[in-house]
Amino acid sequence: MDHIPIIKVGEFLLVSIQVDMHDRLAMRLQDDLTTQLIKTRAQGVLIDISSLDIVDSFIGRMIGNIASMMSILGAETVVVGMRPAVAITIVELGLSLSNVRTALNVDKGIGLLRVLVNSIGNEGSRHDNYQK
Amino acid sequence: MTTNKQGTIEKIFVHQKEIIDEWLHEQFAALSARQDLISELDLRRQSTEFLALFTPACSTDNLTDITQSEWKPVLDFLGSVSRSRAIQGFSPSETATFVFSLKQPLFARLRQEVGADAVLLANELWNTTVLIDKLGLYTTEVYQKSREEIIKHQQAEMLELSTPVVKLWEGILAVPLIGTLDSVRTQVVMENLLQSIVDTGSSFAIVDITGVPTVDTMVAQHLLKTVSAAKLMGANCIISGIRPQIAESMVHLGLEFSDVVTKATLADALVYALRQMGFVINKPA
Repeated sequence: MDHIPIIKVGEFLLVSIQVDMHDRLAMRLQDDLTTQLIKTRAQGVLIDISSLDIVDSFIGRMIGNIASMMSILGAETVVVGMRPAVAITIVELGLSLSNVRTALNVDKGIGLLRVLVNSIGNEGSRHDNYQK
Repeated sequence: MTTNKQGTIEKIFVHQKEIIDEWLHEQFAALSARQDLISELDLRRQSTEFLALFTPACSTDNLTDITQSEWKPVLDFLGSVSRSRAIQGFSPSETATFVFSLKQPLFARLRQEVGADAVLLANELWNTTVLIDKLGLYTTEVYQKSREEIIKHQQAEMLELSTPVVKLWEGILAVPLIGTLDSVRTQVVMENLLQSIVDTGSSFAIVDITGVPTVDTMVAQHLLKTVSAAKLMGANCIISGIRPQIAESMVHLGLEFSDVVTKATLADALVYALRQMGFVINKPA
């Protein structure tokens, strides 16, 4: 597999990582996502990593980077389905990923994205702390 | 070091009965306070058994190196005695007294046997002292080891006991932490909590630290690790049960749980979580 498919669902982009990420794949995903976001004018990005069971510092940072890029481009990012072992690894690596929003599964992730996107639309502010 | 002048030690063990009686007398004098832990009968049995093993080992040429094979039965027996005493609750010195109190009766016999020959007596006394000291130290070593085993065993049990994850409501989990958080426990708590979050699909996790006696920088760091991991999974974390003294000491230490919701009690945390989930709590009039 040389690239990860990006699916447009409504006003969001859905990325499901089903294979082991290697560094080039991760870089490719960043390029594809930024391009697609501009092209589709999506409001939010949902990254499902429930099949990802190995994470190193590079992939961890990449997830944070993607969130920052999307935020610069005016879209929200939610990472869903992180496995316990992956979460522990990321914490132990010292990556806080404080700019990344998370949810338990795709369903809750979409709910969170809707809330985030709507609150931006209504208030015109991106600095909200809404977690639900 | 001189080896045993063949025969002297053997000679004194002819008086085995007297030695045992004197020895028991010595032991009782030393252990007068511990009669509740061991009965006279047991003590006599142990002493007789020890002398029965000690005598043949003494009749070999080797009185200095107790690591040799002829001393193995003696060491094995001493080991079992020390272990059982460690479990019964004797102190290390009380355990070592078992062997050390044998000195007095042995010396008395030696004086009787070879008292006329001052040089020989000095030699024999020295040999016996060295031997008994080594055996005494060995009991202390075994005692120490068995204590450490007990401690390890209890630690493992504590770890199992102290990390339950309970479900308070559909979508709300709680982890009541009891005892100090070290890195091993943090790991266990984290794994349990994250797995339960996945299993139950909960979106709120309450970490209750009512049972944590002190919060220092170390504990705070471990708590934050747990919270960050739960957040990464997509669950909101609330820390509850912060006692007034802990709040004070945390401020003095300059610690803060930045961007983590903290509540004073578990009840407050539950209410907060329910409200966040959109529940309204009221009492029908």
